[in-house]
Amino acid sequence: MSFLSVQNLSKHFGGFTALNGVSLEIAQGERFGLIGPNGSGKTTLINCISGSLRNESGSIRFNDSEISKLPAYRRTRLGIARSFQLPRPFHTMTVLENLLVPTAYVVHLKDAEGEQEAMEILAAMGLADKAHASASQLSQVELRKLELARAMAARPRLLISDEAMAGLAGAEVDEVLKILFTLNEKGITIIMIEHIMQAVMRFSQRVVCLDAGRIICEGDPASIVQNPEVQRAYLGA
Amino acid sequence: MTYWIGAALVFIAALGAALSPLNEYFFYAGYIVLTFIVLATAWNILGGYAGYVNFGTGAFFGLGSYSAVVLFKALEAPLAVQILAAAAVGAALGFAVGIMTLRLRGIFFAIATVAILFIMETLMVNWRYVGGATGLQLLRPEVMAPFATYTRMLFVVMAFLAVLAVSLARYVQVSWIGRGLRAIRDSEEAAECSGVPTLRLKLFACVVSGALMGAAGAPMPMYLSFIEPASSFSLNWGVSALAMPMIGGTAHWIGPVIGALLLGSIQQIVTVTISNEINVLVVGVLLVLFVVLAPDGIVGLFRKLVKRR
Repeated sequence: MSFLSVQNLSKHFGGFTALNGVSLEIAQGERFGLIGPNGSGKTTLINCISGSLRNESGSIRFNDSEISKLPAYRRTRLGIARSFQLPRPFHTMTVLENLLVPTAYVVHLKDAEGEQEAMEILAAMGLADKAHASASQLSQVELRKLELARAMAARPRLLISDEAMAGLAGAEVDEVLKILFTLNEKGITIIMIEHIMQAVMRFSQRVVCLDAGRIICEGDPASIVQNPEVQRAYLGA
Repeated sequence: MTYWIGAALVFIAALGAALSPLNEYFFYAGYIVLTFIVLATAWNILGGYAGYVNFGTGAFFGLGSYSAVVLFKALEAPLAVQILAAAAVGAALGFAVGIMTLRLRGIFFAIATVAILFIMETLMVNWRYVGGATGLQLLRPEVMAPFATYTRMLFVVMAFLAVLAVSLARYVQVSWIGRGLRAIRDSEEAAECSGVPTLRLKLFACVVSGALMGAAGAPMPMYLSFIEPASSFSLNWGVSALAMPMIGGTAHWIGPVIGALLLGSIQQIVTVTISNEINVLVVGVLLVLFVVLAPDGIVGLFRKLVKRR
């Protein structure tokens, strides 16, 4: 039984081919890295997996059931949660209330239980002291953490982190990486999309590189950096 | 519990006033203010909670009025039946508008609701049975006991609708539905990925909002003893229904009530003391002032004051 299986996925935007027959398998508990130059289809791929976009052909199976026709909220309820590349907080709510949306709609907790669970997540993320602050007052790094915290509040089995570290300074990158490692140790499968090579390479057990909507290579981090195709895609040599 | 006692008291006060020898003009003006409470509250469920700005309140309101007139003319249906039917028609139009939210957001949604308003008006202008562009004179049926006049009775009916609308809006706000709608307003994509069934919630908000607007329109023809398309489908209904929650505050159910009481009363006073034309100006000026100076409305101002202490 496969955990997440993507077969022959394609997606077009008008005449532009964003994904062209992408297939990949991800095992339960895996730390999976997704890299590729800008516009290579990374975000489109995870939009298709999380349900923000619908794929035109191919299949996506999660725990052996086809999910590619399900609306995004149903996929979240099945256990697929994501963070957004550009943070999308519920800005008129407090940080705590942000987490109460998934605890109510996904886990179906009453407010008191939801708050308790949300506070635990915020504490683990180092956001506990901001719980009652408005989400619109957070700094960039706090917003990234909130994205992850809100995804965690849905009690996911698969967490998709879309450039959670873009634009962060070195120490902040380490902080977010540490959080992701801890989550993985608890048994959560993680797909990490990242431009910060050093972070992906440190984090991932297996990496896939996309270019122009195709997978150009797959392997462990060390072999990926050596791969001539990857070097060509990134450096244009 | 305190809320329900308060709501019951408000309704009893309205009933008591209607049975007292108070001047008839009070009910004539009060009816309109109550209508605005229903419209502003209904608007806020979709516009305030979910962030979908509807300029087409007049379409729902006018369609409610016309549904009532058709039922009255064809079957001499009693007022309660007219109101229920108008609510059903409003709900149906709300459902259609809800489907529209799949494709249209922000300014495009707002423009589409204006288009619906004009479509509805054009349809009624071209429908002979309800009098076309000239409209229809209506003869009020006998007033029911214990009310002395028909206007007093309509005042009580509208007071009931207002209490009902506010109670519904309050329920939506404090329940899990309200949190989902707020999430939709802040970021629809993030809401969906946080497990919120966005389409279902938006349809719910549109249907409830539309039903209340339709119901609010049903007694209007009998209030005026007349119906015609231009005023039934006036853009002014939409502008007022939007301005009142904005001025009162969109985040809380009391906001539209405060806005409607304030703006509605000012409008009635201005109509009597200066002129009917200045009405629209008053709404416009107040709306601009609040949007610029107090974007969270009176409720927001009040909260700021409380916090500062």
